[in-house]
Amino acid sequence: MGGGRGGASMSFEVDVTARRGDAVVGATFQAGEGSTVLFGPSGAGKTSLLMMIAGLLRPDTGRVRVSGQVLFDAARRINVRPEDRRAGVVFQEPRLFPHLSVRRNLLYGAASAEGLEEIATRLDIAHLLDRWPRTLSGGEARRVAIGRALLRDPDFLLLDEPLASLDRARREEAMLMIERVRDETRLPMLIVTHDPEEAERLGRQIIRM
Amino acid sequence: MTDELETIVRLSLLIGGVATAGTLPVAFALAWLLARGRFPGKLLLDGLVHLPLVVPPVVTGWLLLIAFAPAGPLGMLLERWFGVSILFRWTGAAVAAAMMALPLMVRAIRLSIEGVDQRLEQAARTLGAGPWRTFATITLPLALPGVLAAAMLGFARSLGEFGATITFVSNVPGETQTLPLAIYAALQRPGGEATVWKLAGISIAISLIALIASELLGRRQGRRLHVL
Repeated sequence: MGGGRGGASMSFEVDVTARRGDAVVGATFQAGEGSTVLFGPSGAGKTSLLMMIAGLLRPDTGRVRVSGQVLFDAARRINVRPEDRRAGVVFQEPRLFPHLSVRRNLLYGAASAEGLEEIATRLDIAHLLDRWPRTLSGGEARRVAIGRALLRDPDFLLLDEPLASLDRARREEAMLMIERVRDETRLPMLIVTHDPEEAERLGRQIIRM
Repeated sequence: MTDELETIVRLSLLIGGVATAGTLPVAFALAWLLARGRFPGKLLLDGLVHLPLVVPPVVTGWLLLIAFAPAGPLGMLLERWFGVSILFRWTGAAVAAAMMALPLMVRAIRLSIEGVDQRLEQAARTLGAGPWRTFATITLPLALPGVLAAAMLGFARSLGEFGATITFVSNVPGETQTLPLAIYAALQRPGGEATVWKLAGISIAISLIALIASELLGRRQGRRLHVL
């Protein structure tokens, strides 16, 4: 895969549209290595776009390619199932499984328990492993959700408003954590946000919607 | 007398248990279709499933009688394939009870399936779980308290079944005479009041236990499956 800036390979190549009720949402963009921010006001279809890349929402037209792998192509009738896309998705709400302990949530998508300790320590959730999701604070639940996505051993990360509904102090903390995940994993990362400051800081590239 | 009582209670529990166990998978499949399916005729299916709830039980029993009579479509098949008839047998009573319990069970299970947050299923899919693993590890466990509540409710309903049963399989002591039918028979008999009291007391106790169990299970799920 050539092209892109400075010969770097493209991480996300997206060109899709989908009808959502009366509106048509979609976007066309290419993103290089590192983290890319999808920035725009609420209702612009950022989340829908993320869901299309994750395979949870089927676009009507276009194609989705991540790191050179075709995940969706309407013309060629390719639509890789969400479980086969190897996406690490962190949704706007943590979406932890309420009937499973934090540990079992974290390991749900993991091939083995090998990386558990390391990631739990890195995300500062090691002391929460035997708790139930309902007993976690908002920030803790979010960190568990991020850990769960990382333990799935993803090829790329999709983060939907990862800092929303966190207070000022927690935001800074979470921002640092995302930067750390970005720098340590070096996975292609797509972050949805409506906050300009967040976009500026987290995105090496910013796509406006 | 005690022997007779014991037979009645045992028969009632057997018929209620078999009816519930047999209906559960069918009710679950129907509830799933109604909760998640998108197909033409869904409203019609919904209506058909609920029919036994609103049609007079005698009519349901009469339709079963026609269907399972030796010359009836289902009766003929059973006779040809298995050489059996369920007419005037306890198995027939179980079929009648199952028929009457079905709509209640479908309703309760449907509610519990609809109560499962599909966003959690989406999360499971992105974590590498296919549809079956998602169903087995997320949807089913989350719906399970509601499903068990539905089973208890179905069981309680089966125990009380009267109209369809007496029409379909008659009131044969030791074979189809469940608690309500035995009470009815005792009421017809001069001097049967003592028996009625005993049987009624047992019915109320068993039904109450089943209902409370159902309510507790439903409450555990935090869903409104209240029937009380």
